[in-house]
Amino acid sequence: MAQMNMIQALNSAMDVCMAKDPSVVLLGQDIGYFGGVFRVTDGLQRKYGEHRVLDTPISESGIVAAAIGMAVNGLKPVAEIQFADYIYPGYDQIVSELARLRYRSAGDFPAAVTIRTPCGGGIHGGQTHSQSPEALFAHVCGIKVVMPSNPYDAKGLLIAAIEAEDPVLFLEPKRLYNGPFDGDPGKPAVPWSSHEKGEVPEGHYTVPLGQASVVRSGAAVTIITYGTMVHVALAAARQLDLDAEIIDVRSMVPLDVELLVASVEKTGRCLVAHEATRFGGFGAELAATIQERCFWHLQAPIERVGGWDTPYPHAFEWEYFPGPQRLSAALTRLMEAA
Amino acid sequence: MTRPSRLHVPHAPARPGQPPDFSYVHLSPAGAVARPDIGAPASELGPLSLELIRVLDDQHAAVGPWNPNLAIDELQVGLRWMVLTRLYDERMFKTQRQGRISFYVKSTGEEAVSVAAGLALKPTDMLFPSYRQQGLQFVRGMSLVDLMCQLLSNTRDMCKGRQLPVLYHSKARHLFTISGNLGTQCPQAVGWAMASAIKGQDDLAATWIGEGSTAAADFHNALLFASVYHAPAILNVVNNQWAISTFQGFAAAEQRSFASRAPSYGIPGLRVDGNDYLAVYAATRWAAERARRGDGATLIELVTYRSSAHSSSDDPSRYRPKDEPEHWPLGDPIERLKQHLIALGAWSQTQHAALEAELNEQLSIAWKEAVGYGSLSDGPKLHSDLMFEDVFKDMPQNLIDQRAQLRLEQG
Repeated sequence: MAQMNMIQALNSAMDVCMAKDPSVVLLGQDIGYFGGVFRVTDGLQRKYGEHRVLDTPISESGIVAAAIGMAVNGLKPVAEIQFADYIYPGYDQIVSELARLRYRSAGDFPAAVTIRTPCGGGIHGGQTHSQSPEALFAHVCGIKVVMPSNPYDAKGLLIAAIEAEDPVLFLEPKRLYNGPFDGDPGKPAVPWSSHEKGEVPEGHYTVPLGQASVVRSGAAVTIITYGTMVHVALAAARQLDLDAEIIDVRSMVPLDVELLVASVEKTGRCLVAHEATRFGGFGAELAATIQERCFWHLQAPIERVGGWDTPYPHAFEWEYFPGPQRLSAALTRLMEAA
Repeated sequence: MTRPSRLHVPHAPARPGQPPDFSYVHLSPAGAVARPDIGAPASELGPLSLELIRVLDDQHAAVGPWNPNLAIDELQVGLRWMVLTRLYDERMFKTQRQGRISFYVKSTGEEAVSVAAGLALKPTDMLFPSYRQQGLQFVRGMSLVDLMCQLLSNTRDMCKGRQLPVLYHSKARHLFTISGNLGTQCPQAVGWAMASAIKGQDDLAATWIGEGSTAAADFHNALLFASVYHAPAILNVVNNQWAISTFQGFAAAEQRSFASRAPSYGIPGLRVDGNDYLAVYAATRWAAERARRGDGATLIELVTYRSSAHSSSDDPSRYRPKDEPEHWPLGDPIERLKQHLIALGAWSQTQHAALEAELNEQLSIAWKEAVGYGSLSDGPKLHSDLMFEDVFKDMPQNLIDQRAQLRLEQG
C-alpha cells in the first residue's frame, strides 16, 4: 500500500485505467502539459502522449460534446471540467444528450463518458469556485453521480466510473484533495498521510458504484452524508460524544437505499447533511426516501442540514458552510425529540 | 485495419527550458495599415482583420493614418492611468502574498488595452469587462479606496462580500458586474447594445474577453446577435497569448488572427497592437463612431502579452519560458507611451519618477483608509445577515428562517 492524497489517488486511478485500456483518453483545459490546475492529471501526458491526454479550448460544451462523440466511436473519454461551477455551458450536452443517448437510441448509441470536476467550498473561492451542483445532475435520468470522501474511495470509484458502461459525473470535493477537513478552518490542515483512508493500493481495484459505506457504526442516530461533510459529521459526533452511525453515500445515482434504510431502522433517528444549498438539494431525496421506507421506525422528524439557500459568498464562507456547529444543533434537536 | 493517430495537436511555440519564440505573431510596420472610411461596408474590411494596426514606431514617433492626433495633455492623462494601474496591481498582488486579500489578478503589460479604450469611449457607454481590465475602473473614476474595499471584502465592499476580489462593478459609472465565469459578458453586452438601439440611445456597449474564452459558445453568440441586429457594440478580444497554461493557438486553431473571426459574421475585425496606446485609442474611436452611426458592431483583437501570472494562484514558470516576457515583440505599453512623450519633449524620466512617487503615495494613503474598513481577517466585519439579502428583491420565508438560524448559531 502507498500513502496518497486524493490528488495522487485520482491520478493513479487514471494511470491504471490508461495502462490497462488503450481506449481511455483524457481531455480538458490545462490538463495535458500543465497537469491540471489541481495537478490531478500531472505526468499523464508525458507518460501516455498527447494523443491520449488532450488539452482543449475553453469550451465546456465542446469538451462534453467531443467526449460524447469519442465515446460513440469506441473510446473511453474522461473529461475534466476545471471547476464544477464552470460545468453549466456543458449542461445541455450532459442533460439532453449524454444522459439520454442510450435511452433514445434503444441501447444502440450509449456514451460511457466520465466527467470529473472539483466541487465544494472552503478555499475562499466565492460563488464561482465553490458550488456543489450534484442535485442538478442526480435529478437527470441516465447519468450516474458519484462523490468520494477519501483517497481510497476516490481511486476505486474513479476506476469503476471509467470502466462503467454508463456516463458518470464524478465530483471531487476540492477541500479534501490534500487532507480530511473537519469543518474548522482555524485548525491546522491535516494531511491524508495520517489517515487510514490515505492508504491506497497502487494497482487496480474498484469501489463499486451504488454502494454506500458505514464510516462509523453507532446506535443512537444515523447521519447520512457525503463528500467533505463526512468528516464534519465525524467531528460533530465526537464533539457531542454521540453514538452516531455515519454513512457516506458515495454514490447518489444509483443510491444504496437498503444500507440507509437498515441503519435508520436500527437507530430511529436520521440527519441528512450536505454542503450544497438545502432547498431542492439531494438531501431532500434522501429524507423523502427515509421517510417512505422508515416512517414507523422514526422517533423524531428527519433533520436536514445544508448550505443556505443563497449563492456561496466570498466573505461569509464559514457562516455559509454547514460546519460542526450547525450539525450539532440539528443532532441535539434530533436527540431531544420525544 | 488501423493507422497511427493522425489527430493534430497544437504545440506551444516554447515551453520551459526552450528559447522564447514569437515568430508566429504576424507584425505589420507602424503606420502601414490603411484606415478605411468609418462607414465602409464590412465586406471591404477583411484585410484589417489580418494586418496589425500600429501607430507608434520604433523611434517613438506616431505615424500613419491611424494616428489619433491626441493632445499632449490627453497623452499624459493616458500615461498616468496606465502607471496607476500597474502600481495598483503590484501593490495589491503584494497584499495578497501577505495574506491580506484572498486572491488577485494583475493586468501587467495589458494596461493600454483598458486605459486607451476606456478614454476613447463616452462616460455613458456601458462597459462589460472581464477580470483583467482594471484600467477601465480607474478611467471611469472609481476611487482607489472603493476598489481596495472590494478586494478586502470589507464593510465598504460594493459587492457586500459576495464576490471574489477584482470582480468589481459600478452602476453609476456604467461598469457592469464582472463575472467569474468566462465570456458570459460578451453576448450580454450585445443585448445591452440592442436595447440601446431599440430605445434610440446614442450609447454603445463595449466588452472585453480573453482570447482563450473566445472558444466558448458565448463569444460566437455575441458575434451572431451583433451581426443579425447591427448592435452598437465593440467586442474586444484581448489576445494576451496565454489562457493559464494554454497558448493562444488552441483557441485560434493556430490561425494568425482572432479578428478574422468577425468577417465571416459580416462584422469588421480590426487586429490591433494592444501595447500601442495610440493604436488602441484610434481603433476604439473608429469602432465607436461606426456603431453610433448605425453601422453596427466591430470586433477588435488587441494583440498583447500577459507579463504576469494568470492570477495569484498561478505559476507561469511551469508552462512557459521564464524569460518569455522580455522577448515579447510589441514591448511594454507604458514604456512606449512614455518614450513617445519624451520624444515629443513633453515628458522626462524625472517627471515619470515623480509621477510614480505621487501615485505610490496615493496608493499608500488609500490602502491605509481601506483596511480601516476591515478585511477578512481583521477589523470591522460585514454583518453576516447581508448574506441573505439580494438573492431576491424581497426576502422569501426560507431565507428569513435561515437568517434567524444563523443568528442562533452565532449566539
